[in-house]
Amino acid sequence: MNVLVYLIPMALGLGLIGLFGFLWALRSGQYSDVEGAALRVLSDDDIEK
Amino acid sequence: MSEALDLSLFARPSGDGTLGMDLAVEGIACGACIARIESAVKRLPGVTEARLNFTNRRLHVDWTDGAIAPAQILQTLEDAGYHGYPFAPLRAEQEEAAEARRLTRCLAVAGFAAMNIMLLSVSVWSGNGTDITPETRDFFHWASALIALPAAAYAGRPFFASAWRALHLRALNMDVPISLGVILALGMSVVETAHHARDAYYDSAIMLLFFLLVGRALDHAMRRKTRAVAGNLAALKAETAHRFMGDELVSVPVAALRAGDRLLVRPGERVPADGSVLGGVSELDESLITGETARRKVEAGATIYAGSMNYSGALTMRVTAADRATLLDEIERLLEKAASAKSHTMRLADRAARFYAPMVHATAALTLVGWLLAGASVHDAVVTAIAVLIITCPCALALAIPAVQVVASGALFRAGIILNAGDAIERLGEADTVIFDKTGTLTLPEPRVVNAAAIDPELLQKASCLALSSRHPLAVALARETATRTPFDGATEEPGQGVRAMIGGAEARLGSAEFCGMTDTPLIPAQASGESTICFSHAGRCASIAISQKLRLDAVEAVSALRTLGLELHILSGDRNDAVAPIAHALGITQWLGELKPAEKIAFIETLKAQGRRVLMVGDGLNDAPALATAHVSLSPIAAADVTQAQADAVFLGERLAPVLDAIVVARRARALMQENLWFAAIYNAIAVPVAIASAVTPLIAALAMSGSSIMVTLNALRGRGGRS
Repeated sequence: MNVLVYLIPMALGLGLIGLFGFLWALRSGQYSDVEGAALRVLSDDDIEK
Repeated sequence: MSEALDLSLFARPSGDGTLGMDLAVEGIACGACIARIESAVKRLPGVTEARLNFTNRRLHVDWTDGAIAPAQILQTLEDAGYHGYPFAPLRAEQEEAAEARRLTRCLAVAGFAAMNIMLLSVSVWSGNGTDITPETRDFFHWASALIALPAAAYAGRPFFASAWRALHLRALNMDVPISLGVILALGMSVVETAHHARDAYYDSAIMLLFFLLVGRALDHAMRRKTRAVAGNLAALKAETAHRFMGDELVSVPVAALRAGDRLLVRPGERVPADGSVLGGVSELDESLITGETARRKVEAGATIYAGSMNYSGALTMRVTAADRATLLDEIERLLEKAASAKSHTMRLADRAARFYAPMVHATAALTLVGWLLAGASVHDAVVTAIAVLIITCPCALALAIPAVQVVASGALFRAGIILNAGDAIERLGEADTVIFDKTGTLTLPEPRVVNAAAIDPELLQKASCLALSSRHPLAVALARETATRTPFDGATEEPGQGVRAMIGGAEARLGSAEFCGMTDTPLIPAQASGESTICFSHAGRCASIAISQKLRLDAVEAVSALRTLGLELHILSGDRNDAVAPIAHALGITQWLGELKPAEKIAFIETLKAQGRRVLMVGDGLNDAPALATAHVSLSPIAAADVTQAQADAVFLGERLAPVLDAIVVARRARALMQENLWFAAIYNAIAVPVAIASAVTPLIAALAMSGSSIMVTLNALRGRGGRS
């Protein structure tokens, strides 16, 4: 049972990393144009011809 | 027209020597447009960044100061096949964007906390049934508390703040019982955990917050989406004025005009600001302001108002009130009065809260007293009372209305209706009387050819093609009849007379009767029925084309459908009686009044309100703005004046009247769903509360009941999708 004392905080820590990742993405405007992002991936104007 | 366009008003310096500007862009159809627009703008010298937001159709451009003129960006867009216009973000929209980010952050935190606490809670529940040791259970409970307390303090702020505001005003809203439930549940859980108890309610409290935040965030997202579309339309509609800089003409946005500016107003343009005429003679159509369709002759010294259409000659004018103040003073004053009266109407959710909250609190208090009298310990009595508070915590009730609102505003959005006011759906659903304005509401905003059936189609086709070469409003109206966009070569316009061109070797003329040599032909009596006539002659054949306000294409069907819905219909117009009568007759509306001033329209609506009627006002003119604000709920077509649109609860797009019908049908269905949901929440409580009072609620039952009821009301709300069927 003692192993839970390590495992639960570790699980929480991993979850927190995810949460802060999301908050960072939100702050840096990753969610400001969701439709555009879905379409931009299809354009190949970044490929050198 | 080689006149310079001055857009410096919209360019904002960003600190490092570059200027930035936001543009609303029209004509974006697919994903390929993103690359096309961005690469075209980036090719301009000095442009450092061009980023198109596909979601809200806005383009942000940064460029080195002095490298290009902002007007070049517009020209580039125009060349690429798009129409762009500078967009100054409104403060209200920026505040809403910040609020949306705040809600999403709260939602993320609540979601994270709910998932992790649920993980721990499920372990405790199953452990309680088997062989969990008290030490492990205490550890799980403390771990839950560690997650729940900071998460609730962060994610609960929108509810706590709103509840605090309501209590401060000595009122009750839905957030009061929510906040109380969350705080008490967490407080009790901490005390129970400290006493090594079997049960704790961290999961219930946090799940409640999470579900409510989902509802609130969705509601907000839908409102922002419609707001962004409305903002873009307003920017694209914004007009420019021609200002004299010395002897030169410069195009400036109307927002940049100041009192004392000297302007040129060409025929076919709207007067951009209130002012007085310095030179020139013309006729003005003031129907947007007064509803009157007969034109007024103006010459030097006359006072003219923003929004009037200049018909025949070029005018020079001096701006007297740039903020459109003079005429609007009266209207604004009426508006304020009407708007403050309207804020007294109470929303369905608040009515429910006012009834519900005291009942919940009284039940909890009675439970406490009852168990104490029955001889239970203070601890057990308090635990049971708080369980009652948690189980009745109006999760379903608080979701019941927002969920329907989100779904219904989505359905309205697809039907071409953009909501301005948050509670417009409820009020639309209540309407039992519809009052229409005539000009621009029942009729199309622009005049059209009305006697097309009486004219040889070939002749009409040539006439409308020739009309493309003229800027005269009658010609512009005629030009809408043709499908082609290419004018005849070598067409020349003779100011105040008409246009002529050679078609197939013979001269064609379009303009006044004299200009076309038609003096002896009997003409349709103009003005009497609000019609104007334009003549066309070609190779010995001629036609006189009548142009007038025309009913919206589906007006007759829409009006009769409204009548079938059991609505009482009225027409209130500022126009002359003999112009209103034929329209009322065509639509079969017997209750109509013409020649009304704004104050008289208000008085009429007030009379109806005094009789207990819920009035929906549909109008577009400046003269309608106060009436829109007075009515129980209001709609405006998108072509309406800015002030009017800002005042309306909702704006509808397109040339048809059907959206009015859609709005009422969708709103009525939404209202029915809201009531169903409220009943559902009531029934849920009728079952859950006795269980809680009997002290039989475990955290597992609380969690199941709460999510179950939330999911039920959300599913019920989804039935409101789709338009009129």
